Amino acid sequence: MANIMIREKPAGGLVFYLPKRDMEADIRSIEFDTPEKWGGELKLENGGVYYVDPIPKPGRLPVSVSARRLVAAED
Amino acid sequence: MAALTREETDLLIAEVLEVYPEKAHKDRKKHLMVNDKALESSKKCITSNRKSLPGVMTMRGCAYAGSKGVVWGPIKDMVSISHGPVGCGQYARAGRRNYYVGTTGVDAFCEINFTSDFQEKDIVFGGDKKLAKLIAEVEQLFPLNKGVSVQSECPIGLIGDDIEAVSKKAAQEIGKPVVPVRCEGFRGVSQSLGHHIANDSVRDWILSNRDGQPFEKTPYDVAILGDYNIGGDAWASRILLEEMGLRVVAQWSGDGTLPEMENTPNVKLNLLHCYRSMNYISRHMEEKYGIPWLEYNFFGPTKIRESLRRIASFFDDKIKEGAERVIEKYTPMMDAVIAKYRPRLEGKKVMLYVGGLRPRHVVGAYEDLGMDVIGTGYEFAHNDDYDRTIKDMGDATLIYDDVTGYEFEQFVERMKPDLIGSGIKEKYVFHKLGVPFRQLHSWDYSGPYHGVDGFAIFARDMDMTLNNPCWKKMTPPWLKKEEAVLKEAA
Repeated sequence: MANIMIREKPAGGLVFYLPKRDMEADIRSIEFDTPEKWGGELKLENGGVYYVDPIPKPGRLPVSVSARRLVAAED
Repeated sequence: MAALTREETDLLIAEVLEVYPEKAHKDRKKHLMVNDKALESSKKCITSNRKSLPGVMTMRGCAYAGSKGVVWGPIKDMVSISHGPVGCGQYARAGRRNYYVGTTGVDAFCEINFTSDFQEKDIVFGGDKKLAKLIAEVEQLFPLNKGVSVQSECPIGLIGDDIEAVSKKAAQEIGKPVVPVRCEGFRGVSQSLGHHIANDSVRDWILSNRDGQPFEKTPYDVAILGDYNIGGDAWASRILLEEMGLRVVAQWSGDGTLPEMENTPNVKLNLLHCYRSMNYISRHMEEKYGIPWLEYNFFGPTKIRESLRRIASFFDDKIKEGAERVIEKYTPMMDAVIAKYRPRLEGKKVMLYVGGLRPRHVVGAYEDLGMDVIGTGYEFAHNDDYDRTIKDMGDATLIYDDVTGYEFEQFVERMKPDLIGSGIKEKYVFHKLGVPFRQLHSWDYSGPYHGVDGFAIFARDMDMTLNNPCWKKMTPPWLKKEEAVLKEAA
């Protein structure tokens, strides 16, 4: 489990940030994106896939959550 | 415009790397790339933030340098104790020229070396008692300090001293914040981790100290983050921001104070100059306090205009007008600088190799003066820095990460730049090779280089270095052709 931060880009869209590795990557898709259920599998543009336990959609981004790595980002 | 084509640059890299043994060759190859503006992410082309190879000379610092030297050191009303042997603090003392207003030793303490001066017995029996005594002594001798930070040097982590416990106890005794910072030099691969550790300790021990206390806000409050006031940089930036109608609440950390930092959660916008060393705290403030942050660049007229407009776009029409007014006011000044120096500098080639933000930030200033940056690189950048660099650099420029002494010399010999901008460790090597050189870490004892005032000084310095008559004296008299000697004699 790693602490990650999800923030909104000024131009729209979500950005994934992993402080430990200074990895910043756009989120291609998010599995659940409804007000009650938000999270699930995050597919990143660099090929990485992370899993975040679904939570109610946060009122304000950025938000720090813990995530599990399913597929490592290509190096 | 790059000096070489893509193929030529590729070939150059291959030739330079030829001398390495296979393993080193494979490793170093990953740290060099030829820029391609079309790329979205730098990941596939360049590897960064990796441990330097033993056996090659590189120019990195340590985590202590990143924390004490960069982030904590310039806070003028805090006493930063170098906890450990005396050398680290002494050789890092005042070298970065972080200017400040204040009376040193009375209400400002940046240039004094506070150290616990570890001896053998402290290593054997632990240095906690000494630290407690030191903090009490500091409080007695310098009562106007606003707080103390304990910057660990390597032995503290090795012998396992509990500086957190000492700090908590001392903070209660003196009634001021005492911040333990676990920035032992052996952590991480470069000073970059020191920045991160320092940011985290600011977050944990300083930032929320005044939460809930009254603060007189205005809608135009901003904070300058990641400007260390080298040679007065932050002041030159602050002039522009205040003139456009913004109120600068805090400077992190050049000429900054502890109360300023504690008040930062009240601002409307964080202005981030050095992304590498302060993005961590900006991200934290964005999450906790909902303060957006913006990277800006105050090197050279083009970037100043761009940045002022981008900053103004976060505010109402009053600030937007202010930004236009400031731009209008200073355009003649900046044009005059360009008119004076551009003819003398036009078409000259520059190679850079600096720290966290300058390899990409100063490119705009060079371009405004008509100079080409043909190669650039960082000592300790991460991939997100290179993502940003790709966009700022011309196509087919050479980019090198954590370059070794040998590679840098070879690149310079083959690409023949007219000017090199790098650090003090490289300076005399290139002077001996006969290449004009500016030390771009602390502006070669000049500055400021930020803002409008800084641009004039930047242009003057580049001209002074490049067109210095001494570069024509590189051939000794006995090697000169006879006619030239005769002509000189006549």
